[in-house]
Amino acid sequence: MRIAIASGKGGTGKTTLAVNLALYAAQTSNALLMDLDVEEPNSSLFVKGDLISETPAYRMAPVWDKPACLLCGECASICMFNAILKLGDMIMVLPELCHTCHACSELCPVGALPMQQRPLGIMRLFRKDALLFLESKLEIGVEQAAPLIKQSLDYVNNELPATDYQFIDCPPGTSCSMIHATKTADYVILVTEPTPFGLHDLRLAVETMRQLDKPIGVVVNRIGIGNEDVFTYCREEGIEVIGTIINSREFAELYSRAELMFTYNEVFRHTLDEILRRIRGIR
Amino acid sequence: MKIAFTASGTDWDAIIDPRFGRTDYILLYDEEKDELVSVDNRQIMQVAHGAGPQTAQKIFELMPQVLITGNGPGGNAEAILRQMHLQIHTGAGGMTLREAYNAYKNNQLPMGGKNA
Repeated sequence: MRIAIASGKGGTGKTTLAVNLALYAAQTSNALLMDLDVEEPNSSLFVKGDLISETPAYRMAPVWDKPACLLCGECASICMFNAILKLGDMIMVLPELCHTCHACSELCPVGALPMQQRPLGIMRLFRKDALLFLESKLEIGVEQAAPLIKQSLDYVNNELPATDYQFIDCPPGTSCSMIHATKTADYVILVTEPTPFGLHDLRLAVETMRQLDKPIGVVVNRIGIGNEDVFTYCREEGIEVIGTIINSREFAELYSRAELMFTYNEVFRHTLDEILRRIRGIR
Repeated sequence: MKIAFTASGTDWDAIIDPRFGRTDYILLYDEEKDELVSVDNRQIMQVAHGAGPQTAQKIFELMPQVLITGNGPGGNAEAILRQMHLQIHTGAGGMTLREAYNAYKNNQLPMGGKNA
C-alpha cells in the first residue's frame, strides 16, 4: 500500500509526519519511505539509516551536431517547450527547458540532434531496522523535479522488494512535482495547519487530488494556533480529518534535534496508530 | 542604431513592460530612418514554457544593437541574446517609450542583463 504525504503549503509537517509514520510502522511491519521532495530532501536527517547503495539518475537531452545540420529548422518548430531555437545559422539547445520527448531528435531528417545523457540527480538507499529509505536528490542546477520523481518510483517498483507500507514524503505545492509524487499513491494524506494560509493551500491540494481521483485524509498540525476554519472546510467538503497534532514546545524541540516524536510522546503514538488504522481501512 | 523596447503598447507613449519574455509588444526604433515599428508578441500569453527564449528569438530576428527593458531577460533568453552582441539596458519598466529612450540617451539606464 502506497501512502503519499503531501500538502499545499510548505512547512506544515509533511516530513515530520512521514518519518514518524514510517519508522513507527516499521516497528511492526515492513515499510519503505521515499523522500521525493527532490529539490530539498530532508527526511534523512530524521531517519539516520545505513547507506546501502547509491544510484545516479540521468535524463536525455539533444545536442547539436553542427556539421550534419541542414538548418531546416524543423526541430525548432516542433519543440513545444522552446528548448530548441534556430538563430540565423546556428541551432541553440536550452537543455533546462527540454522535456525529453525526443521529437526533435527523431524528426531531424539528417540525425543532427542525437540525444545525450545529462546528470539528473542521485537516489540513495538506506536501511534503518525494518525500514527501507530511498532519498532522491536533484543535481544542483537542474530545474525539473518530475523526471527524477518518476525514475525514483520506477526504481522502487522494479528494484526493491515489496513492503506492507510505502510512504512518500512529497514536495510542497500543487505543481508537476507534487502531482508526480502523489499520482501512484493508493491514499494521500494532506498535512495542513489551522491558519488562513494553511486552509488556502489545503483547498488547492484537495482540488488537485480530486482531479487525480485520489482518496484523501487530512492531518491538522499545530492545533492551538489560528482558527477553526480548516475543520469547518473539511466538514463541509466531507473530508475526513484523520489526525491532529498539537502545537507544542516539546515537539518543536524534538524536531530541532531531528528526533522522533513517537519515541517520547504517547499521545502522538496514539495519533499514528489511528492514522495507520484508517489507512488499512482503505484497502 | 536600431533600438528594441519591451512595451505594452505600440507608440512613443506606450509603457515599457518590465517583463522581458512576456512583453505584449516589441517596438523597434531605427534612429537613422527615424522610424518606429511594432511587433505583436501577445501570443506569448498562450506559451506555458520558454516565453523568454521565444521573445529572445524574435529580438534576434529584428537584429537591434540595443535593447531597453525593465527587469531584464532571464538566463535562457540571455544566452540567446548573447549570440548577437546586444547592448542590454534595464530599469526602464513603467517609463513611457519616450522617457526610456531619453533616459538611455542620457546614460541613465543600467547596462547588462541580470546574469551578466
